[in-house]
Amino acid sequence: MAIWLDENSRVVVQGLTGSQGRFYGLRNRAYGTKIVAGTNPKKAGTDVEGIPIFASVREAVEKEGANVAFVIVPEMMAAAAVMEAAAAGVPFIVCVTEHIPMHDQAKLFNQLKRDYPTTRLLGPNCAGILSPGKANIGFTPAEVSKPGGPVGIVSRSGTLAYQALYELTESGIGQTTCVGIGGDPVPGTSFIDALAAFEADPETQAIVMIGEIGGSAEEEAAEYIVQSGLKKPVVAYIAGQSAPPGKRMGHAGAITSGNKGTAKGKMAALTAAGALVASNPTEIGALVKQALGR
Amino acid sequence: MDLFEYQGKQYFARYGIPVSPGAVADTVDEAVAAAEQVGYPVVVKAQVQVGGRGKAGGIKLANNADEVRFHAGNILGMDIKGHIVRRLWIERASDIKKEYYASFTLDRSKKKFLGMLSAQGGVDIEEVAKKDPSAIAIIYVDPVDGLSEAVCRQWVQEAKLDAEAVEGAVDLLLKLYDCFSKGDCDLAEINPLILTPAGKVHALDAKVTLDDSAEPRHPEWEEFKGLRQMDAREKLAAEKGLQYVGLEGSVGIIANGAGLAMATVDIVNQVGGKPANFLDIGGGANAEVMVNALTVINEDPNVNAIFINIFGGITRCDEVAKGIVEAMNRVALRAPIVARLDGTNATEGRAILTANASERLIMMPDMLNAAKRAVAIAEGK
Repeated sequence: MAIWLDENSRVVVQGLTGSQGRFYGLRNRAYGTKIVAGTNPKKAGTDVEGIPIFASVREAVEKEGANVAFVIVPEMMAAAAVMEAAAAGVPFIVCVTEHIPMHDQAKLFNQLKRDYPTTRLLGPNCAGILSPGKANIGFTPAEVSKPGGPVGIVSRSGTLAYQALYELTESGIGQTTCVGIGGDPVPGTSFIDALAAFEADPETQAIVMIGEIGGSAEEEAAEYIVQSGLKKPVVAYIAGQSAPPGKRMGHAGAITSGNKGTAKGKMAALTAAGALVASNPTEIGALVKQALGR
Repeated sequence: MDLFEYQGKQYFARYGIPVSPGAVADTVDEAVAAAEQVGYPVVVKAQVQVGGRGKAGGIKLANNADEVRFHAGNILGMDIKGHIVRRLWIERASDIKKEYYASFTLDRSKKKFLGMLSAQGGVDIEEVAKKDPSAIAIIYVDPVDGLSEAVCRQWVQEAKLDAEAVEGAVDLLLKLYDCFSKGDCDLAEINPLILTPAGKVHALDAKVTLDDSAEPRHPEWEEFKGLRQMDAREKLAAEKGLQYVGLEGSVGIIANGAGLAMATVDIVNQVGGKPANFLDIGGGANAEVMVNALTVINEDPNVNAIFINIFGGITRCDEVAKGIVEAMNRVALRAPIVARLDGTNATEGRAILTANASERLIMMPDMLNAAKRAVAIAEGK
């Protein structure tokens, strides 16, 4: 099994007629992903390499049974595109668009939660999601992955997720799903969401979690590991251990965050929660082997 | 983008938030002229983006032209925690009865906007937060609903501001929220927010961080860009649109994606080297971007080795390889390159590098060994 994306997923690409959308939509299809539709109101009725273009997501859902949306449109259009997919009843939306203003992200997150509470948004500004051997949405280079599990990966950074896939594959360990949650201030899907989904997935036996400095999402994940009594072992890596302390402006951040946000604090929290914490990405393979008792 | 105090106040004024009249000055003569225009007494304030200006002697009261001349002369050029003062803000001095604190920012874990208000503002607000958290009244604002007057009024009451300040504070905080949300701020903070003996509430300081992603819809931000403080390397990188942070070491670093770039800095440190910089060429980088990145690194006289660490996703390794070869042809690079390529089109990329391999261009199969090799070269081993 895999989480959120598998061989039965039917994907509509919002932005398929753009150059980036076309490149990655076709690349994802070549991997075996069922890309069943694209949308563009001005190009409805045409096709992209045989993939039909509809005027709206609703039409793609009705005519092609789309149940996943891949949003790859410019930043000022992205929030509206996500809302359109949610309104059309798509339960899982992957948004890779970068540079969506923070206030738009915050409104989008809260509007989705209010109007479509069961809809899952992955991203924005994420690398996408790959279930090796089954389907791929977004930028992840699937050639460095290995199908068959048993490891789930969740990462803020795209390139570090690829690095983790590579380290595992080199160690002879396959993956169930690799999830990029993105590094933006208001991500639709959190580490905790991914940890819970991997815990519930019978094929996943261990979880690799890759965080980075800033915010408190990693500390919250550590808390969740303890409080939920997560049974599957977690191997973690935090990027930015030697980053120079960023200058901060004003006091609001200091008042709210306390010691949270540093790599050291995140690594300590995860270690205390029982995770195996790598000091650099090349240690991930060996630590996962240890976690799996191989 | 972090704004200077005077820019923050200009931004506040756009949204009707009361601020003191004032003017900027880059020289002593300009400072005197500004003071004459504003009216005495004035406060001469150093414009640097760092806290503790007052304690460092960067804020002084002046009652006449001679005093302005004296203080402006002292403060211009002053080094405040590594920031050199190049500009002053001369503003009309305010009578202060009480100092409060107010701010709006994003609470990343609650995914709502966080408003903080305290009757105990001033320089020691962080101490107040530690010793007596109950002295800070907190509200969470749903971004969809925004801040209503009723909620704002209740918040002001909870913060226990003086009775005479309530109406002015409610009005100002609603405007501050407007500035924060419509103005696309990551942070809008006033410390101190003052009550004058005449019962007026107004912003005596301004800390504003604008969200760079919102720049396309804010043409008015153009005027804020001029005075950002960067070293020569950072300036060149910014001109070329690269994410660059200068460090002190000898291993130049180029990677794609902020996460991998940070991990590359980490691993160079871990194998005993000293990174010269953090440089993220971003997603989808092409040959031209790689040429630019190498040009920036080449400006740094401390660099003895260049470590290029690429994991192609959006970025295609063949494009990166072409850029490396092109840069080596175009620019006399001061240091050898150690490159590691994986991911999208890595086979094609590696083939290009192999065809051009030399003592100046070394390809390594993995991140750890590439880091070790780059560090060995940088240290002359």
